[in-house]
Amino acid sequence: MSKQQPAQFINPETPGYVGFANLPNQVHRKSVKKGFEFTLMVVGESGLGKSTLINSLFLTDLYPERVIPGAAEKIERTVQIEASTVEIEERGVKLRLTVVDTPGYGDAINCRDCFKTIISYIDEQFERYLHDESGLNRRHIVDNRVHCCFYFISPFGHGLKPLDVAFMKAIHNKVNIVPVIAKADTLTLKERERLKKRILDEIEEHNIKIYHLPDAESDEDEDFKEQTRLLKASIPFSVVGSNQLIEAKGKKVRGRLYPWGVVEVENPEHNDFLKLRTMLITHMQDLQEVTQDLHYENFRSERLKRGGRKVENEDMNKDQILLEKEAELRRMQEMIARMQAQMQLQMQGGDGDGGALGHHV
Amino acid sequence: MDPLRRSPSPCSSSRPSSPSTPPCEMLGPVGIEAVLDQLKIKAMKMGFEFNIMVVGQSGLGKSTMVNTLFKSKVWKSNPPGLGVPTPQTLQLHSVTHVIEEKGVKLKLTVTDTPGFGDQINNDKCWDPILGYINEQYERYLQEEILITRQRHIPDTRVHCCVYFVPPTGHCLRPLDIEFLQRLCQTVNVVPVIARADSLTMEEREAFRRRIQQNLRTHCIDIYPQKCFDEDINDKILNSKLRDRIPFAVVGADREHLVDGRCVLGRKTKWGIIEVENMAHCEFPLLRDLLIRSHLQDLKDITHNVHYENYRVIRLNESHLLPRGPGWVNLAPASPGQLTSPRPFKVCRGAHDDSEDEF
Repeated sequence: MSKQQPAQFINPETPGYVGFANLPNQVHRKSVKKGFEFTLMVVGESGLGKSTLINSLFLTDLYPERVIPGAAEKIERTVQIEASTVEIEERGVKLRLTVVDTPGYGDAINCRDCFKTIISYIDEQFERYLHDESGLNRRHIVDNRVHCCFYFISPFGHGLKPLDVAFMKAIHNKVNIVPVIAKADTLTLKERERLKKRILDEIEEHNIKIYHLPDAESDEDEDFKEQTRLLKASIPFSVVGSNQLIEAKGKKVRGRLYPWGVVEVENPEHNDFLKLRTMLITHMQDLQEVTQDLHYENFRSERLKRGGRKVENEDMNKDQILLEKEAELRRMQEMIARMQAQMQLQMQGGDGDGGALGHHV
Repeated sequence: MDPLRRSPSPCSSSRPSSPSTPPCEMLGPVGIEAVLDQLKIKAMKMGFEFNIMVVGQSGLGKSTMVNTLFKSKVWKSNPPGLGVPTPQTLQLHSVTHVIEEKGVKLKLTVTDTPGFGDQINNDKCWDPILGYINEQYERYLQEEILITRQRHIPDTRVHCCVYFVPPTGHCLRPLDIEFLQRLCQTVNVVPVIARADSLTMEEREAFRRRIQQNLRTHCIDIYPQKCFDEDINDKILNSKLRDRIPFAVVGADREHLVDGRCVLGRKTKWGIIEVENMAHCEFPLLRDLLIRSHLQDLKDITHNVHYENYRVIRLNESHLLPRGPGWVNLAPASPGQLTSPRPFKVCRGAHDDSEDEF
């Protein structure tokens, strides 16, 4: 023990102060160093402004060489999965954002098989994570699981379409769904309110589990509580996306220029873009947690119960096992009977040879 | 699909300007032009009939558009959120109104198609529509071949079908293409870009060009068809129209005050979209096409081309089995609808029981 050490370990001012209040800072520093990973999936019919919205949200151009397919190509196409990853850094915090796009969804005349590809992609990511987690080297597990799914609802309908309902029911147990009303600049304020209410009613009617924002803790400040309340009241968010700078009222804003006016993307009176962005950013951690604690654990327990066998053969396996066991039992009984007979023969044979002769037929 | 058989318009052969009849020298005014007035008086007495069908996914503003076109509450448009569920199968509703303007009566029938393209599986969703259109032709045909015909056969044939394309901004969807391909051969189709207030001007132009290209690639012949342009004036007028089709339209049935005038429009936080302002949307072009300039032309082409094609196919089949290869499946029978037609003789002199009643 050198003389310098006691100086380092002096008790700070207050007695009884241990110092682990510093832990959050340590976590903060570690996570800033490690960086964050987030996977966002966007699903919706073509032409609803998904790519524009993603570009607006993250202020990047995720699709620089995008070619919109023509009508003839659309006819033959099936749903595809395209994942693009981008690393965004802001004030030293790194975010590795993966956006999973699903072109071809809802395009075909018969959309019954639309979501099979999407569901198998989600399951595949869970499977991969499970495999990595059960592996030997767990230091650098890459988390590609889908943390959040933005489902784009068309503003032109009167609510949810049958395809919307079917798709959301198919994935609400696998991923956090955030419904978004696209191209909101085509609706007046009244129409928007009506549509939101209609969608919420239909979601409840069909028992679809969308992502619910966690309530603000009672010890948070009033502003945050108010913000959370406003966010919760605005679901589903009606958004407008754009990365074009338009001159409006003397300053440059991101918006869409029409002959009758300018729709500003970041104006809360015009649309809910800011609310959506706030929700995503303040609850990114919560979305990841829910994916880990709820959806992934569900998947994992289902998977491990099945134990490596395919789901369709589960019932068959049970019957098969029973049959096999019965057959084995019978075989054992036959064997025992044979052995008993043999033993009897031997015993009788040992008793008296004369008797055996007599028994010989 | 049978190849479209185009019978030439009967009017063209009797035109006075055809090269075979030389003009004759007039020695003084005779009063031939009075025939125009007589026609006008007769027409005003009889009134006009116009049947229009609107097709498109729900929520694209079809009912509002019809109300705006005829400036009357033809349809009570169903506002969203009033608990109107999307029908499970395609249904067809027709509503008839008599509108009068300056002594001219118009008997307008609007057929709506709720449930079109709304299901998960939209395969063959165009069959009920085709069935309805053919059924109207059949009804007219049955009236026409009677021995004692009515003086004025009630015309329920669909004169124009307005197809609403959703404003995706990309291109036509497979469903749009399938539908348009099939319907262009049976009825006059006018595609429009619905709810165009979600597209900026540049996006609109780009979308329009792409749609026109798609239509050309898939050989979809929309109204006004190139082959029916009768003379150079028609060609010029129609070419201008063809360049602008599909029109980007916005419908509205509420009035707002703009610069002291009362206009039909949609009021939003960032401005008021005026429906009749050419700078905002192309609704005036659609209205002019359907009502002010081409209404009679639509009826003529329906009568002279589409109906004649149908008639030829039916008459050719009449000595074959009723459901021959060219026969289109009618919608499932309901009490008011036509049952499968029985074969009838081509020559009109025959006294047949089959022609007396359905």
